[in-house]
Amino acid sequence: MPRIKLAESAIKTIVEVCKKFDNQESELINVLHGVQEQLGYLPAEVQERIAQELNMSVAKVYGVVTFYSYFTMIPKGEFPISICMGTACYVRGAEQVLNEFKRQLKIEVGQPSSDGKFSLSCLRCVGACGLAPVVMVGEKVYGRVSPQQVKQIIAEYVEGCSTHEAKSA
Amino acid sequence: MSEYNTQILICGGTGCQASESEEIGKSFRELIGELGLEDEVQVVVTGCFGFCEKGPIVKMMPDKTFYVHVTPADTEEILKEHVVKGRQIERLLYKDPKTKQPVSDSQHMDFYKKQLRIALRNCGFIDPENIDEYIARDGYMALGKCLSEMTPEQVIEEVKKSGLRGRGGGGFPTGLKWEITAKVPGDKKYVVCNADEGDPGAFMDRSILEGDPHSVIEAMAINAYCTGSDHGLVYIRAEYPLAVARLKTALKQAREYGLLGKGILGADFNFDIEIRYGAGAFVCGEETALIHSMEGLRGEPTFKPPFPSEHGYYGKPTNVNNVETYANIPVIINKGADWFASIGTEKSKGTKVFALAGAINNVGLIEVPMGTTLREVIYDIGGGIKGGKQFKAVQTGGPSGGMLTSEFLDTPIDYDNLLAAGSMMGSGGMIVLDESDCMVAMAKFYLEFTLEESCGKCSPCRIGNKRLYEILEKITEGKGEDADIERLKILSHVIKDTSLCGLGQTSPNPVLSSINYFINEYDAHVKDHRCPAGQCKALLRYEVVEDKCTGCTLCFRNCPVGAITGERRAVHYIDQSLCIKCGVCFDKCKFDAIVMV
Repeated sequence: MPRIKLAESAIKTIVEVCKKFDNQESELINVLHGVQEQLGYLPAEVQERIAQELNMSVAKVYGVVTFYSYFTMIPKGEFPISICMGTACYVRGAEQVLNEFKRQLKIEVGQPSSDGKFSLSCLRCVGACGLAPVVMVGEKVYGRVSPQQVKQIIAEYVEGCSTHEAKSA
Repeated sequence: MSEYNTQILICGGTGCQASESEEIGKSFRELIGELGLEDEVQVVVTGCFGFCEKGPIVKMMPDKTFYVHVTPADTEEILKEHVVKGRQIERLLYKDPKTKQPVSDSQHMDFYKKQLRIALRNCGFIDPENIDEYIARDGYMALGKCLSEMTPEQVIEEVKKSGLRGRGGGGFPTGLKWEITAKVPGDKKYVVCNADEGDPGAFMDRSILEGDPHSVIEAMAINAYCTGSDHGLVYIRAEYPLAVARLKTALKQAREYGLLGKGILGADFNFDIEIRYGAGAFVCGEETALIHSMEGLRGEPTFKPPFPSEHGYYGKPTNVNNVETYANIPVIINKGADWFASIGTEKSKGTKVFALAGAINNVGLIEVPMGTTLREVIYDIGGGIKGGKQFKAVQTGGPSGGMLTSEFLDTPIDYDNLLAAGSMMGSGGMIVLDESDCMVAMAKFYLEFTLEESCGKCSPCRIGNKRLYEILEKITEGKGEDADIERLKILSHVIKDTSLCGLGQTSPNPVLSSINYFINEYDAHVKDHRCPAGQCKALLRYEVVEDKCTGCTLCFRNCPVGAITGERRAVHYIDQSLCIKCGVCFDKCKFDAIVMV
């Protein structure tokens, strides 16, 4: 992976978040949550800086980042698409919906699209099993999604107008 | 809250929020302002009502009218007709599927009749963001009773006598756990609430925290009083933003009321709770892994003993219980252990919350007394199988559990019966499967989950499950061999016997129980290269029956990949090289002219 140079503002964010947790090694997970919330993802350079601030090894930080699925080293798309793969959604056809998203966007799970607009991920149970299968785009929840609706959902964001009509359709 | 003539309760659970329940609330508030009803009508956003299938749900108080599938467009009619003129709106009422008659009161719905709500007692009744409403329903009374009238030993004795067992899945006696933590000497002890609900298809803990966070706070304080702790931690999934927000609000309110902090309720008792976030690792539901994660480390489990009760968070005695377990505690203290122990079966007392989902008519969150049969849950509460299909199995215990077939429909649900039947209680996911679900694919689905979630510390789990998955993958692709089924069994037993923690020790259960009860499906895949449920795509082809095809072009127009060709009124054809086997043509065809072969 090519190295990136962290912007001054990003470094400032990292330093501030670490300081908020007293630069304590034991607060690593909270620090990672805080930094990811602000920067969007945790590339190697960010992890190095966090390790420096908390006075611990980069390997340990990397070990924790890669252990938990919530943390990501790849930037998410402008509109992150998550397909619920909980059991309730699975038995109501989530896999077909996922395959249709992959086909339409021409990306695999975990990847951003080439224009950076979308990224695709799976998550486990949103807790809206009554609406299975469930798809989330950003914070917005789409319930009872069929593979036929996938094209329409994507179109909503490509055209840049997230409308109500498309959701109820 | 009694000063209002009418209260409008709106479900604010995750499912209903996803179906615009927030907009419904907003619309009600605006209209109430326009109509000048501010002094008469109150809008309350509550926790989950449980009947998610019919959401968003709006309940009118005091007359208890239960409106289903409400949209923001319905709010004006509800206010003008129901509130102002006192007329029920029939089209928004629940219709009994058998009699087709509208039912206005939830007590008379089959979905609620057989339920007994203890842990969920306040969900759907109170505003979870208002501590006064919790207090109005006997909230913090149990804590007061413990602090003023009972010694810690008496409280522990009461919990022991109630027969309450851990609701997170293991079923360890709660009172005993409390006693061990209390007896271990230590200057500092911790009380931990495990809210890292990771079982896919289960949302009990989340609903309790969203609908009634104070019940958990109160129970943790009671536990702290018993064990001699002053420090509580809730380990909660970061993926549950609503539950986190409501818990934070509840903690703040409890502090303001002096129910957390120093000298609680005038007693010599200090206690406060902080929140720790999980970051999406199923294994962190295991208590030793959870503790490591709270310490900022990778959430890898360690060998037990020592148990966290003796050697937990930073080496201190730590009591870890699950959300639902805690939610039962205040009721046990208020109503007494004898009352609680009178509910349920001989060895499993009280109730259990299940997230009922899958191929069932009434998806939702239910709570039933232990000893209720699967048949009652699936057919009476659940309303039977969706689309009139045949029941095939019910899966309990999530990735650690197993499948139960129709022969177990009349088995009373409790910890021991489910275990004897080759499954387990687990945290409470209950997924109903019908004839169109392939059992081999189901086993593969769960293993895929285990594979992703295995922490990788011990090799039976890390490598063994991978090999299990590969064999299943081979079978679902039609490349299975006769010996594979035996290989699956042997490897499963090795993984069970040699894995370090509960995740690995139970991960082969879906494989073993599906082989046990559905060996014919495995045989069909391996020997006949056929998937009886029609789910395994590699073993499946859609073809047009030429005699039946009328050339209506419906399949042609609906095919998402343009794999179907044909002119109007002429027989259509499916190009197998383009077909993605989505089954849309099969579903759409009105003439049965498309068949699965």
